Amino acid sequence: MSLTHEDVARIARLSRIAVTDAEIEAVGKQLNNILGLIEQMQAVNTDGIEPMAHPQDVSLRLREDAVTEPDRREVCQAVAPQVEKGLFLVPKVIE
Amino acid sequence: MINATLKQLSAQLAAGQVSAVELAAAYLDRIALLNPQLNAFITVDRAKTLAEAAAADARRAAGNATALTGVPIAHKDIFCQQGWKTSCGSKMLDNFISPYSAHVVEQCAAAGMVTLGRANMDEFAMGSSNENSFYGAVKNPWDLNAIPGGSSGGSAAAVAARLAPAATATDTGGSIRPPASHCGVTGIKPTYGAVSRFGMVGYASSLDHGGPIAQTAEDCALMLNVMAGFDERDSTSLERAKEDYTRELDQPLAGLRVGLPREYFAEGLASDVGRIIDSAVAELKKLGAEVVEVSLPNTQLSIPAYYVIAPAEASANLSRFDGVRYGHRASEYKDLVDMYEKTRAEGFGSEVKRRIMVGTYVLSHGYYDAYYIKAQKIRRLIADDFKAAFAGCDVILGPVAPTAAFNLGEKSGDPVQMYLSDIYTLSVNLAGLPAMSVPAGFADNGRPVGLQIIGNYFAEAKMLNVAHQFQQATDWHTRAPAL
Repeated sequence: MSLTHEDVARIARLSRIAVTDAEIEAVGKQLNNILGLIEQMQAVNTDGIEPMAHPQDVSLRLREDAVTEPDRREVCQAVAPQVEKGLFLVPKVIE
Repeated sequence: MINATLKQLSAQLAAGQVSAVELAAAYLDRIALLNPQLNAFITVDRAKTLAEAAAADARRAAGNATALTGVPIAHKDIFCQQGWKTSCGSKMLDNFISPYSAHVVEQCAAAGMVTLGRANMDEFAMGSSNENSFYGAVKNPWDLNAIPGGSSGGSAAAVAARLAPAATATDTGGSIRPPASHCGVTGIKPTYGAVSRFGMVGYASSLDHGGPIAQTAEDCALMLNVMAGFDERDSTSLERAKEDYTRELDQPLAGLRVGLPREYFAEGLASDVGRIIDSAVAELKKLGAEVVEVSLPNTQLSIPAYYVIAPAEASANLSRFDGVRYGHRASEYKDLVDMYEKTRAEGFGSEVKRRIMVGTYVLSHGYYDAYYIKAQKIRRLIADDFKAAFAGCDVILGPVAPTAAFNLGEKSGDPVQMYLSDIYTLSVNLAGLPAMSVPAGFADNGRPVGLQIIGNYFAEAKMLNVAHQFQQATDWHTRAPAL
């Protein structure tokens, strides 16, 4: 299986990464090489094998429902690209 | 002084032979002299370092010193550190001054260790050669034409060049072991969950391990005593009692069962590396170890399984870089989606973009079962291989990488070739086992080669014992490059 330019453009869009028309050929070629490597998996029979999501089969811990974080809004927003009155600014989303 | 181990520095500080300020100044001078050619550090801040050192001296004067108070350390630029630029090797975080510190950084600070600077790395820890850093490649101190290994190349090169006596590092598919091997230093990644991931910028969360790089196994044990431990802010941190990783160092190796996986000595292993590993095994036999052959039949499948699972988790983790809350934001855009797409196209380097796109694809509708679930099933097969192997041995030994360090630029144009160089390390991360690299000799081209020691879950003290005894009988770990 090989990704077409349209597939690459769709994956780039889903990834929220702008890929220019000039780049798409090279990006597609590299993605296809990597997918070719990954294809090796399909030769192995894994029927009945339980998928392993994590090295230890741990369950998530519960804790007391108590406040653990202090309010550090100003410190945290000091590294934001654009902030006004304690809010993160983004381009207009709703018309 | 510059060749001293942590253990020796600790003794010199305790005896008052040197102060933390003198020590920090000596390393800072050496960094200023050698970093321009090695590029092992992204950020150095002399005033901050000397202030930390002065505080360490004051702490010692007040009688509150720990064994490592005043000992300098370099932090891999992946660990958030309050007040320091934490770039993770990326343009995306080039302007990011962290508002908080990682658990590992807090632990080192609590012990009184002094930050020498922030070590260079492959962008977001994605790479095997340290050529993927926004700040340029790190050079191998043994040969400036060679890669130092990645992604913790800055950490390993700094320790090898004696720009720091120890460094923090991380290992997602090998990022501690190949750099340690290629730079002739000792590095360990403990069992998954032993070191907190809190404040360690996430790449592939189920595979990310923190650990130290230092000159000796004993120093790595001292560092793990500081770095490891339960942290409730990491949901997968192991709730285990604090342990002393030095406790087994001096035990004899008589009766130790060493497993050699036949797949690690098959086609693809360079003959000079193979000879070095054979001599290391012979050395351990002299120390009383028994050798058994074991099999890890699914080793080859670790590459495809890793390059599904790691990119899948990376695509989710790196979605946080959206140009809204921190990091780079594109300067011109027409709407929100355009801002995301331009910000990420400008902020990420090409390998990071590739892995995000691969991850997005394997998780997308219609491909999830065929790729992601399939890879997780193979992950189980790989973990089961290790379980079976450890039924017959105490530790597994083998090479860290198929060859000694390759040349800068040799594989950077071909991602798949680069991926194949991690054949002996990826499966260990998939299983979540502890593993380390110990200097074991020099390849035909004069570049260092490490021996990999893989242990069962929670067998760090035993592995460190094996490594320490090996280092008592050999002197590879004491060799330093001429700079």
